[in-house]
Amino acid sequence: MNKLDEERWDIKITPKNNLFDLKLKDVWHYRDLLVLLVRRDFVAFYKQTVLGPIWFFVQPLVTILLYNFVFANIAKISTGTIPAPVFYLAGTIIWNYFSDCLTKTSTVFKDNAAMLGKVYFPRLIMPLSIVLSNLIRFGVQFILFLLMMVIFSVKGFPIHPNLYLLLFPVLIVLIAALGLGLGMMISAVTTKYRDLSFVIGFGVPLLMYTTTVIYPLSTAEAKYPQYSWLIKYNPITVVIETFRKGFLGEGSFDWSLLAIACSATLIVLIIGTIIFNRVEKNFVDTV
Amino acid sequence: MSSVIKVEDLSKAYQLGNFGTGTISRDLERFWARMRGKEDPFLRIGELNDRTQKGESDIVWSLKDINFEVEQGDAVGIIGRNGAGKSTLLKILSRVTSPTSGSIKVKGRVASLLEVGTGFHPELSGRENIFLNGAILGMRKAETKRKFDEIVDFAGVERYIDTPVKRYSSGMYVRLAFAVAAHLESEILIVDEVLAVGDAEFQKKCLGKMGDVSKGEGRTVLFVSHNMGSIRQLCNRGILLGNGEIVFTGGTEATIKTYMSNATIDKAAIVAGGTLTDSIKITGVAVNNIPLDVAIMPRDEIEIAVKYKCLKYLPAFRMSFSVLKDGVTVFTVQDLEECEPMEPGVYQSKIKIKKYFLRPAFYTLSVGGHNTNHTNYSIGNVEWFFAADVSSFEVLEDWSINFDFNNAGLVNILNSHGERKKIG
Repeated sequence: MNKLDEERWDIKITPKNNLFDLKLKDVWHYRDLLVLLVRRDFVAFYKQTVLGPIWFFVQPLVTILLYNFVFANIAKISTGTIPAPVFYLAGTIIWNYFSDCLTKTSTVFKDNAAMLGKVYFPRLIMPLSIVLSNLIRFGVQFILFLLMMVIFSVKGFPIHPNLYLLLFPVLIVLIAALGLGLGMMISAVTTKYRDLSFVIGFGVPLLMYTTTVIYPLSTAEAKYPQYSWLIKYNPITVVIETFRKGFLGEGSFDWSLLAIACSATLIVLIIGTIIFNRVEKNFVDTV
Repeated sequence: MSSVIKVEDLSKAYQLGNFGTGTISRDLERFWARMRGKEDPFLRIGELNDRTQKGESDIVWSLKDINFEVEQGDAVGIIGRNGAGKSTLLKILSRVTSPTSGSIKVKGRVASLLEVGTGFHPELSGRENIFLNGAILGMRKAETKRKFDEIVDFAGVERYIDTPVKRYSSGMYVRLAFAVAAHLESEILIVDEVLAVGDAEFQKKCLGKMGDVSKGEGRTVLFVSHNMGSIRQLCNRGILLGNGEIVFTGGTEATIKTYMSNATIDKAAIVAGGTLTDSIKITGVAVNNIPLDVAIMPRDEIEIAVKYKCLKYLPAFRMSFSVLKDGVTVFTVQDLEECEPMEPGVYQSKIKIKKYFLRPAFYTLSVGGHNTNHTNYSIGNVEWFFAADVSSFEVLEDWSINFDFNNAGLVNILNSHGERKKIG
C-alpha cells in the first residue's frame, strides 16, 4: 500500500537534489522555452538599431583590423603563409564564442535572479540558451570568415581547405561544452561571492593570450620551448589550430592532442553540471 | 476526495544579516561538520521567527515543521501577518527554492504566480511576450497558440498586441501578464498577492477567473492575500501561519476570525513605521474599553481610544484613526480638527462612531499620526508614523429591520433620503 502511495505523486520537493539527475525530461518539456529565449536574445539584440544584425559583423571586423595593425605590422608576429586578417579572424571567432559562453554562464544566476526567483523551470535551460544564442552569433561571424576566405583565395593567397574541416562540428561542440562547463563551475561561486565575477571580467580577455589567437603555435614553440606546453595543451589552442588546419591548410594538428582536449572538456562539463545542480536549488536565498 | 498536495515536516531556515564577509570560514566549518557526519553547527539553534524580538542567533526558521494536506478542488487561502512564512511556503511549493528539511509531494502540474510578467522583455511585442511568458510558465507553444485569442481578449489589449510592451501602460502590462498565467492548463494554481496591482474592475475579473478555476474546473488553488474579502470570496479553506508555524487550519470564516483576533493578542507586536516611530510609542488600544476582539451590538456607540507616550515636543501633531474592512479603508478620522502642538507626556486620543453606522462585519483598526510643518509644506517635511492592525472588533448581526433595508454597503447613513416629485 505504501509503495502505491509513493508512486501516485508527480513531483517531490525535498531538500537535496540527486547530483546526477539532470532532469532532462523536464528540459525536453521546456524545449519551446529554450527556442523562445534564444529568439528573444537575438531579436532584442538589434531592436531599435539601424544596422540591425550587421552589428554582429562589426565587432570581429574591428578587432582583426586592430590585431592586424598592432601584432602583424608593429610587433611583426608572423602568421605563416596565411594572410593575417584571415588568420586572426579564425582565432577570434572561436575565442569569442568560448569567452561569451563562459562569461555569460558564469553569472547566469546573478543576471537572471529576478526571473529565476519567481518561477520554476529547469535551470539548465538558462545556460543552454546562452550557448545556443551565442552559437547563432558564431554562425553569423563564421559566414564572415568564409567570405574572407573566398576573397583572399581569389586574390591568390595560399588557402587550402582540406578534409580536416570535417572535424568542424566536433570543434564547435568542444568549445561550447568547455565554455558551458567552466561557466557553470564558476556560476556556483559568483552567486555567493561576487569577487569572482570581477576576476572573470579582466581575466578572460587576458586568457586569450594563452591560446593561439594572434600567433601560430609553431612560433610559440620556437620562442619559449620550455613553457609552450601550456599553450599546446590548452584545449582552446587545440580547437583553434585544428580549425585553421581544416579551413586554411596551415596549423599544428595532432590526434592525441584532440583526444586530450576532448577528455578534459568532458571532465569539466561533468563537474560543472554537478556543481550547477547543487547550486540551482537554493541560489535564490544567497544571490 | 484525494489529496493532491501533501506537506510533511517542512522547515526552512534563513540566515539573517549580511553574508559576504565571514562566510568562507563558516562554509568551511559547515563542510567540516558535514564531513564528520555531524549536524550543521549553524542550524542547531532553533529560534522562532519573531521579527519584533531580537534573536540570539542569525539563523532564523522561516517555516518550522509545517504539515498539511490539500485536497483536489480545494481553494485554500493562506493568511498571516507579514513575515509569517506565507511567501516562503509558496516559494518552496513552486520550486523556486528548496526546503531545509521535510518534503512536499504534489500530484499534477503546478503553475505558480508569485509575480506577474516574469520574464517579460520590454523590447518584445505583446504577442512575442505572451509566447515567452507562457513558455516560462511551462506551456507548450501549441498550447499558447490555442489559447492566444482568449488571452488577448481577457487582457483587452488587442490593439497593442504588436507593440513592444515597454510602450504599454502599467495597467495593460499587468493585465496581459495575468491573462497569460490565468490561462495555464495546470491542476494546481499558486497565487501570491499579485492582484494588488491593477484596477478594481480587473481585480474582480481576476478573482472571477480564479473562482471559475477552482469551482468550475475542479482545479486546486492556493492563494495568499491580505485582502480578507478576496480570501472569503474565493477560498473554502484557510491556513493561518504565524511565525513560521501553522496556527490554525479550517474553514475560511473560522480562519479569518482567528487571524483577526490573533492579530492583536501580542501588544508588543504593534509594529509602527515612519519617521515618528521613536517619538510616539503606543501603549494601548481599546475599543469600548476592551483591548481586543470586541463584539459590539449595532445599537452601541463605538468608542476607540489609543494611549500613547510622546517623547519629544511636536509643534503640530494630530492622530488619525482608520477603520478597515477586508483591507479596505471604510473611513479615516482625526482626534483634532487641526494639528496642534504637543508637549512630551502620556496622552489618550479618542474617536466615537455613531450607533448603527457600521454594518455587521469584522473591522480592523490602524492608527497613525503626522506632525506637519505648515511653513514649509512638502512630503519631506511631514513627520509621520503608522501602525496597521492595532486592534479589531466585530459588529454583530443584530441589525434592526428599521435600519437595514437591503443589507448592502459598508455603512448605513442614518436619517438620509432624497426626494421625489412629479415633473411631467
